[in-house]
Amino acid sequence: MQPFRMPKLGADMTEGRLLQWLKHPGDRVARGEVIALVETDKANVDVESFVDGVLSEVVVEPSDQWLPVGTTLAMISTSEHASAAPVQATAAPLQTTPTPQAVTTAPLAPPPAVEAAPAQLEAARLVISPAARHRAQSLGLDASRLRGSGPGGRVTLRDIDANLAAMQVAPSALTKQPAQSPSAAPPPTPALLPATDKRQRMRDAIAAAMTRSKREIPHYYLATSIDLGRALQWLAEVNAQRGVADRLIAGVLLIKAVALALRSVPELNGFFLDGRAQPSSEIHVGTAISLRGGGLVAPALLDTDRRSLSELMHDYQDLVQRARAGSLRSAEMMKPTITVTSLGDRGVDTVFGVIYPPQVALLGFGRPLDRPWIHDGQIVARPIVHATLSADHRASDGHRGGLLLDAIDHLLQEPDKL
Amino acid sequence: MSDRLDPTAIRARVLDELARVVPELEPDTLPGNRPIRDELDVDSMDLLNFVIGLSKAFGLDIPEADYKRIATVDALVEYIDRRLR
Repeated sequence: MQPFRMPKLGADMTEGRLLQWLKHPGDRVARGEVIALVETDKANVDVESFVDGVLSEVVVEPSDQWLPVGTTLAMISTSEHASAAPVQATAAPLQTTPTPQAVTTAPLAPPPAVEAAPAQLEAARLVISPAARHRAQSLGLDASRLRGSGPGGRVTLRDIDANLAAMQVAPSALTKQPAQSPSAAPPPTPALLPATDKRQRMRDAIAAAMTRSKREIPHYYLATSIDLGRALQWLAEVNAQRGVADRLIAGVLLIKAVALALRSVPELNGFFLDGRAQPSSEIHVGTAISLRGGGLVAPALLDTDRRSLSELMHDYQDLVQRARAGSLRSAEMMKPTITVTSLGDRGVDTVFGVIYPPQVALLGFGRPLDRPWIHDGQIVARPIVHATLSADHRASDGHRGGLLLDAIDHLLQEPDKL
Repeated sequence: MSDRLDPTAIRARVLDELARVVPELEPDTLPGNRPIRDELDVDSMDLLNFVIGLSKAFGLDIPEADYKRIATVDALVEYIDRRLR
């Protein structure tokens, strides 16, 4: 039996409203399947199950009430094997969070009592056999807190199996959440907040996250000018061959270049949590999307580095549309490992970004503008974009940040390889 | 498009499509001779979605190279009128 809790859908979320159950007691739920709709300050979010099982009990009915992150909303019974097994007192408390290698549709963990990364990160020092990693992954478990019995503390298949029972039991800290009284009469489906309240709540959420960022994160800033001539030329040629519905926009090239460049500078991709940098092996670029009427969200384009430009374009269009309609998925809110903000459409030359905690970097792009440039020994007009990096000095140094910007530049000079 | 649309009908349809990407649009207050992107804070994604909508509504393929010729509502109506002839 596992509690299904109010998830923490981003650093700035402290509470949410349960709007609707999409599954009912007795329904089978698959890992990654949407089971509830939750309203946050920024969007209505489809929340996915983090385990396979059966929704055995609904603890909280949809209501107007704002519930703290971590509140138990329902109980999900998992395999008999797991629920019948005793808790092993010696095992470290583990979070049933997908490991970084989890696939795109990886479902979300119940939020831990302490703040965790949007996606639980593999500990940098974690040593684990591939088979054990695979087993842990397939079970939706986070093996990073296991003490391995193999050489050098390596986590083996046997360790996973031996600790399976303990791992599937939520940490005790999480089970002490006061449950809502199930006897209370379920109120009718809650009404959505008036637009003005929503705007204020979003302002408050942004204020909290950005204040925390400026208070806690020692930012350093780097900037470079990138010649987009080849990329824009290539884009125009590609788009001329495509129907309007299949065209790409320049922003997608920039996002893909950032994602690929991060592979070579991994310390700028991930989180700073529990007093240390925790790079992510997955790359989920959060894209800052401004909302009409004010505010912004920065949901992830999942597995950005592994998607083709056409796939990314499709994902991006869908994401922008849903973000503006206020309808996002929990994975998109929880997983961004870096944020890209492109303000060129607003006529801005240069962005000086504020990092979205607990991420450790933010890439900003201004407006590509024809400027005098030395190209093949001649002064010519080329479309130049200012790329800026805001990065967390606790996680990386300027030299590495510079390498990232340089890698982005190089990638954009060969747009056909993006 | 089988039957020819007159410019008034084209304009009405253009504004309908624009309202899809700019829900708060008040067509009466939008000057026809001002750049749509500046007036309505339309970004490149909105613009693409607008052009996709126009392509469907009028059965036209609007190449990217023509974007600069359709920056205002007036220019867009004229452009579509010409393309439909």
